[in-house]
Amino acid sequence: MNLGEARPGEMVTVRKVGGEGATMRRIMDMGITKGCKVIVRKVAPLGDPIEITVRGYELSLRKSEASNILVEA
Amino acid sequence: MPHTIALAGNPNSGKTSIFNELTGSTQYVGNWPGVTVEKKEGYLKGDKRHVVVDLPGIYSLSPYTLEEVVTRDFLLDGKPDLIINVVDATNLERNLYLTTQLVETGIPVLIALNMMDILERNGDTIQVPLLSEALGCPIIETSAVSRAGLKDLVKTAVHMVDKAEGSGKVAKFSTPVEKALLQIEHLIDTLVPPDTLRWFTIKVFEHDERVMQRLNLSDQTAHQIATIIESVEKSMDDSAESLITNDRYEYLTGITAACHKKARKMGTLSTSDKIDRIVTNRWLALPIFFAVMWGVYFIAIQSVGDLFIGWIEWFFGDLIGANIALGLEAIGTSAWLVGLVVDGIIAGVGSVLTFVPQMMILFFFLALMEDCGYMARVAFIMDRIFRKFGLSGKSFIPMLIGTGCSVPAIMASRTIENQRDRRMTVMLTPFIPCGAKLPVFALLVGAFFPNSAWIASSMYLVGILAVIVSGIVLKKTKAFAGDPAPFVMELPSYHMPRMKGVVIHMWDRGKQFIKKAGTIIAVASAAIWILQSSSWSFQLVDTQDSILASIGRLIAPIFTPLGFGSWEVAVATITGLLAKETIVATFGIVLGLGNVAEGDPTLLASVGAFFNPISAYSFMIFTLFAAPCAAAIGATRREMQSAKWTWAAILFQTGVAYTAALVVYQVGMLLFGRGL
Ligand SMILES: Nc1nc2c(ncn2[C@@H]2O[C@H](COP(=O)(O)OP(=O)(O)OP(=O)(O)O)[C@@H](O)[C@H]2O)c(=O)[nH]1
Repeated sequence: MNLGEARPGEMVTVRKVGGEGATMRRIMDMGITKGCKVIVRKVAPLGDPIEITVRGYELSLRKSEASNILVEA
Repeated sequence: MPHTIALAGNPNSGKTSIFNELTGSTQYVGNWPGVTVEKKEGYLKGDKRHVVVDLPGIYSLSPYTLEEVVTRDFLLDGKPDLIINVVDATNLERNLYLTTQLVETGIPVLIALNMMDILERNGDTIQVPLLSEALGCPIIETSAVSRAGLKDLVKTAVHMVDKAEGSGKVAKFSTPVEKALLQIEHLIDTLVPPDTLRWFTIKVFEHDERVMQRLNLSDQTAHQIATIIESVEKSMDDSAESLITNDRYEYLTGITAACHKKARKMGTLSTSDKIDRIVTNRWLALPIFFAVMWGVYFIAIQSVGDLFIGWIEWFFGDLIGANIALGLEAIGTSAWLVGLVVDGIIAGVGSVLTFVPQMMILFFFLALMEDCGYMARVAFIMDRIFRKFGLSGKSFIPMLIGTGCSVPAIMASRTIENQRDRRMTVMLTPFIPCGAKLPVFALLVGAFFPNSAWIASSMYLVGILAVIVSGIVLKKTKAFAGDPAPFVMELPSYHMPRMKGVVIHMWDRGKQFIKKAGTIIAVASAAIWILQSSSWSFQLVDTQDSILASIGRLIAPIFTPLGFGSWEVAVATITGLLAKETIVATFGIVLGLGNVAEGDPTLLASVGAFFNPISAYSFMIFTLFAAPCAAAIGATRREMQSAKWTWAAILFQTGVAYTAALVVYQVGMLLFGRGL
């Protein structure tokens, strides 16, 4: 499953960060790397972007970006 | 030569606050990730031997964002003697991720472990000696707010610069990666200075475009390196770039696990989380958002701001203007000089300055929202809508402010990180009807559509529509094409805003506008006044014989297809470049009525000569879109940082204005023209 599909409140573990170039690098630079735990906090009122907790802080990213992040429950 | 100390760190780590305390200058303090875009410098307080350079807030030294590239270039080519790395203690891992990269540049690093007050309040602990040992860098605990630790920081920094003490310990990567790095190191070690070798090696391994260009490797070496990287990527089944990033974080997790104790378990809620649960709640977020925006708008533009406008008009018109006129006449100054000073410069500058109170109040609330952390949530809530037409969630704020005045609106676009989004926002914000355009609409509505209040309101709709359509269309052009910028944005914790920072921030932005009013606007006002009151032989004449009138006659035919081809209207469009509300004043002057307000009955009756209802609407449309006033053009120039882009914006806006007005007039005449 990818991070975009995870439900609010769910804690997941990152398996792989796909995509390429600036977006992939940015996602990883922000601390979303293989093996780290991520909690999906909420979805924005209009359905996108989402908010997650990673490495102890809050991060928002669009679903399209989250869909490049493979996770497992 | 003074020594250089570079201040580097994540956005929101408190870099600007520390910079202010170290250098004593008043700088901008915000809570929006990535606000510091310019390079700021200052001497250490009372010490001319050390210059501190405030670098942009960044998360990494990747080659992908402007801020990161600026920082990299400065570190490698500016050769600072020391880096003070401001680290947010409440966000250790992500902040240290940058630290490990800074260390690789070979420059000595001193860590300012900031936000210690918050860390303590949360009940967390960091074993600083242990951390310092693991990273190989001295660490000073600080709190920029209570100024704790700052003296120590300065003392240690000066000491390190004097002794030119060595650099920290570099991060260790996994064995296969280290092996590859060693091989690459041997291939490039003659090409780069020894202390930067580690940095270059890693960048080459990551296949960093900018570094590759800079090194300009021979084909043979490039090929060898490619083979090395490829074999690692294959055996590890991951790209080199993500191998490095993964290993770097893994290395840090090892270090922080040993010396960082958190009181709160992952997943439990802090106060900030609880606030956020309400503020960005599925159902409450939008109502709260609109309530906040309406409140800001109401206070700044409607009630308090409007009150001030009356005062300022009185101040410049009745008090300063009238008295200076009397004074000048008393000492026998010639009539034209009195006119130039009073009706030209003072009236011009005054009309622009009337917006200052509104702007200051707006800026105050803006700074408040940024500092407490709400601004990032605004972007979070609005992104979905704005992305649809090529803008980002952060574009909402400029557009909102634009209903008051385009100048602060354009300046507010600075909070948009991505250059493409920022440019587009700057370009489109003036389409939102600003306060100065309202008198023009009021005049024409009063003259032609006295019973249709909706005509004036329709301007807002038309403006918003134009923003949307332009966004969608511009996105298709080459300059704005490409993948959307990543919207991977930190949502900083909420905290009580600090008045000092908020006021500094407000003043910082407002100051620029006042300065502009005092310079550009003063000169432009004087110029237009001269043009409209003297003939080509520089005799004082009535407006219809003036230079401006002859220019008006020259360009009037351009506007004939739009329905308003008289020289009077052409002149009004030109003076509108100065400030939109002067359009009304210009009608008054060219009609020989003197300086009248938009509601004046004679004026209402007389403008009837220039327009019919359709051309009146076409003129409103033209005024809505055409190149904004001089102050807004100045702001555009400032934010675009490029003459080319400024001209592009002006031409685009005027082009849209012309086309839209043309369509309105021609189609309107076709449909309803017979009865007129
Ligand atoms: N409690 C506490 N707040 C701090 C401290 N240092 C900074 N702040 C606050 O943190 C926020 C961000 O500080 P800035 O100085 O703007 O951070 P910055 O790193 O320059 O951020 P950018 O300008 O976005 O790069 C502000 O609201 C500061 O008042 C600190 O030591 N303790």
